[in-house]
Amino acid sequence: MNFTLHIWRQKNAQSKGDFQTYQIEEIDSDTSFLEMLDQLNEQLIGKGEDCVVFDYDCREGICGACSLVINGHPHGEKKTTTTCQLYMREYANQNELWIEPFRADSFPVIKDVLTNRDAFDRIIQAGGYVSTNTGSAPDANAQLVKKADADAAFDAATCIGCGACVAVCPNASASLFVSAKIAHLDYLPQGKVQSDSRAVNMVRQMIIYLKARFRAIVVRLIWFVKWN
Amino acid sequence: MSKLNSNVPTGDLDKRWDKHLFELSLIAPQNRAKYNVIVIGTGLAGASLCATLGESGYNVQSFCFNDSPRRAHSIAAQGGINASKNYQNDGDSTHRLFYDTMKGGDFRARESNVYRLAQLSGNIIDQAVSQGVPFAREYSGYLANRSFGGAQVSRTFYARGQTGQQLLLGAYSAMSKEVASGKVKHQSRAEMLEIILVDGKARGIVVRDLVSGEISAHTADCVVMCTGGYSNAFYLSTNAKGCNTSATWRAHKKGAFYANPSFTQIHPTCIPPTGENQSKLTLMSESLRNDGRIWAPKNIEDCAKDPREIAEEDRDYFLERMYPAFANLVPRDVASRAVKSICDEGRGIGTEIHGEKLGVYLDFSSIIERIGEDKVREKYGNLFDMYERISGENPYQLPMKIYPAPHYTMGGLWVDYNLMTTIDGLFAAGEANYSEHGANRLGASALMQGLADGYFIAPRTVANYLAKNKLEPVGLDHPDVVKAMDDVKDRINKLMNSPEPKHSPDYYHKKVGRILWSACGMSRERESLKAAIEEIKALQADFWQHVKVTGVDKDMNQTLERAGRVADFIELGHLMCRDALEREESCGCHARMEYLESDGEAKRDDENFAYVAAWEYSEDGAILNKEQLDFEFVKPSVRDYT
Repeated sequence: MNFTLHIWRQKNAQSKGDFQTYQIEEIDSDTSFLEMLDQLNEQLIGKGEDCVVFDYDCREGICGACSLVINGHPHGEKKTTTTCQLYMREYANQNELWIEPFRADSFPVIKDVLTNRDAFDRIIQAGGYVSTNTGSAPDANAQLVKKADADAAFDAATCIGCGACVAVCPNASASLFVSAKIAHLDYLPQGKVQSDSRAVNMVRQMIIYLKARFRAIVVRLIWFVKWN
Repeated sequence: MSKLNSNVPTGDLDKRWDKHLFELSLIAPQNRAKYNVIVIGTGLAGASLCATLGESGYNVQSFCFNDSPRRAHSIAAQGGINASKNYQNDGDSTHRLFYDTMKGGDFRARESNVYRLAQLSGNIIDQAVSQGVPFAREYSGYLANRSFGGAQVSRTFYARGQTGQQLLLGAYSAMSKEVASGKVKHQSRAEMLEIILVDGKARGIVVRDLVSGEISAHTADCVVMCTGGYSNAFYLSTNAKGCNTSATWRAHKKGAFYANPSFTQIHPTCIPPTGENQSKLTLMSESLRNDGRIWAPKNIEDCAKDPREIAEEDRDYFLERMYPAFANLVPRDVASRAVKSICDEGRGIGTEIHGEKLGVYLDFSSIIERIGEDKVREKYGNLFDMYERISGENPYQLPMKIYPAPHYTMGGLWVDYNLMTTIDGLFAAGEANYSEHGANRLGASALMQGLADGYFIAPRTVANYLAKNKLEPVGLDHPDVVKAMDDVKDRINKLMNSPEPKHSPDYYHKKVGRILWSACGMSRERESLKAAIEEIKALQADFWQHVKVTGVDKDMNQTLERAGRVADFIELGHLMCRDALEREESCGCHARMEYLESDGEAKRDDENFAYVAAWEYSEDGAILNKEQLDFEFVKPSVRDYT
């Protein structure tokens, strides 16, 4: 398979970026999307050029490091699939790909298609935990949890924190990320004790990054959480 | 006289850790804020250690190369975490978990450490549950357990197929709490490139900011490495792409002994490679072996057929045939070697690469028939989905294709009972140390060890070190600090400006990976190890002459990052082969072709090789130091899984 790649190149956070066009040929259909980019980078090294910088690590869809907006879709068009789990067989009918960084004020571009997602760490630091200290825990079976609640907590906790929800939202809101963590801990008796303050603190941290015109809405959301 | 003092307490095995805890010095709560600890790597071991030290009142500076601690590769562990809670009343106990771990490791681990790990295993589950880790539960509300990886008791706690993710997010959230409190100062996208020694003690590190390329020094009272394993030396492994040996290798070159580097675990159930440009391999959790049956065609001519068209009598369920008692649940090394031998006979299936078909089937048709597709989906849904995404095949209809792949490294920095390396004030925790798994790690024991080290062991032993050593602060203008900074800058310069730039770092990484996989992988043999040692030497010279790094160093430059890591993998690869050559026996993962029984079982030599090989760095070639292993409480037996 052969592709024309339009890739966002940006020197750093301060500079203006633009799309650069590259050709890549003889890509096998079992090659993953990121392996295709690896091959492009090998070509660039061959020519003595600076490689395209992008985030990746586990390459099995769990660490949440990989990002990219592919043809306008964060993590590409395939549902419940991260960029690292996309294979070029998905693109058998296309020969032109547009590759961009996640776009959000709270995720500034560091270089090329790689962004800074520290905002998510700060949201967790604001309250996305149970304040238990090491060594103070009672026996794990001392407190029973309904299977349905444990399953629901897991479903929320499975969020990989990649930031695609922010990238896809027209308002660049982190509501999905935040509500997943709030829900995960609220379903469990261990987390319930701090549910109220957790929700308020995490939402407060989140709205720092929302554009001014949406702040009012979220303040109402906090009010709602507080009084319900 | 050995230079190694394991500092293992004496007396009754079950009282040793308690006794040791009492003997360790303490620091009063009001004085703890006077002490600074550096933690490198924030996966399970690192994050749990940061959280615990921070809560206790120490000042922690932590670093990770990813963009967040939540990305560490601990997150990818699927199957579960062991603990000897005996909630299932099926005969489990601390002693049984201890014994199983010793036996699984083929009697190449230290008894006292392994016993302590088993003792602490239950506390980890308590701690994780209190943090809100959503472990699987029964309808009764009690925690669920499963049997895992060859264990005959159900002691594995799990969160669907994402146990590592949930435990890491628990440790990360506990650490985040301490970042918020100000006790932990964390820096992401920062790679440790050198350790700073002052008066022979570890006092700091040199770090490269991966965004700006700036080099900076950080000093403290001691340093803890929680930097994971080195399976990526093989290039293709199940590890995340960023996993590397650089931190541990830098420490090794400064005096930390590297223990049992050739003890690398090959996981039997991974998705086989499909082509030359593949960048990594993906694990399919061992839990699948509970319900899946492994087979290969009996006849070579059936290997290209659709597996559904191969009649039952033409299928060889070889693990069930060879090991009737444990069948598909034999330990990882045994299963991996069996798969390899089937493929070596020419009975492999799947894509042909370099003239070989490397794969066998993992078949779920009988369990689907027995309990239905929905129940199977509930148990393994995410794993099946993952398999389908990667392979493009539906495992509910077609058997999975699997082949062994490097997965975990039992070897690592040598540590004593306090988890301290041979450098004073340098500790190693989690997969970065060699510790408890001997020559082979049991399934669901990696998470257990990382968290035991981070939550419960290192916090106590680090405090003891701090209490016993009154250290003057080290300024950033100290000559040893300046020297370490200069060394790092020199090395970066060399990587950026090789004499004749020609090949990318990946080119060399693939080369060293192929050498290691064929000579120091699932089977090892004297002559090929000797040849590999020479090849790696030549490759190392070639690397420094021809490596090509584009871009500039004062910028985000992933090519430069990779080049530095590959350089260290090459040197480590050399030591792995030497270690494998020196150990003239087979044990656990280490299968020396000269020392195998006729049925392929490992022939251990306890008389001559019941030791930990701890390698000391020297310019003229590594020096072997031996820590003799004494077995006071278990009698090394032949591992028999038939």
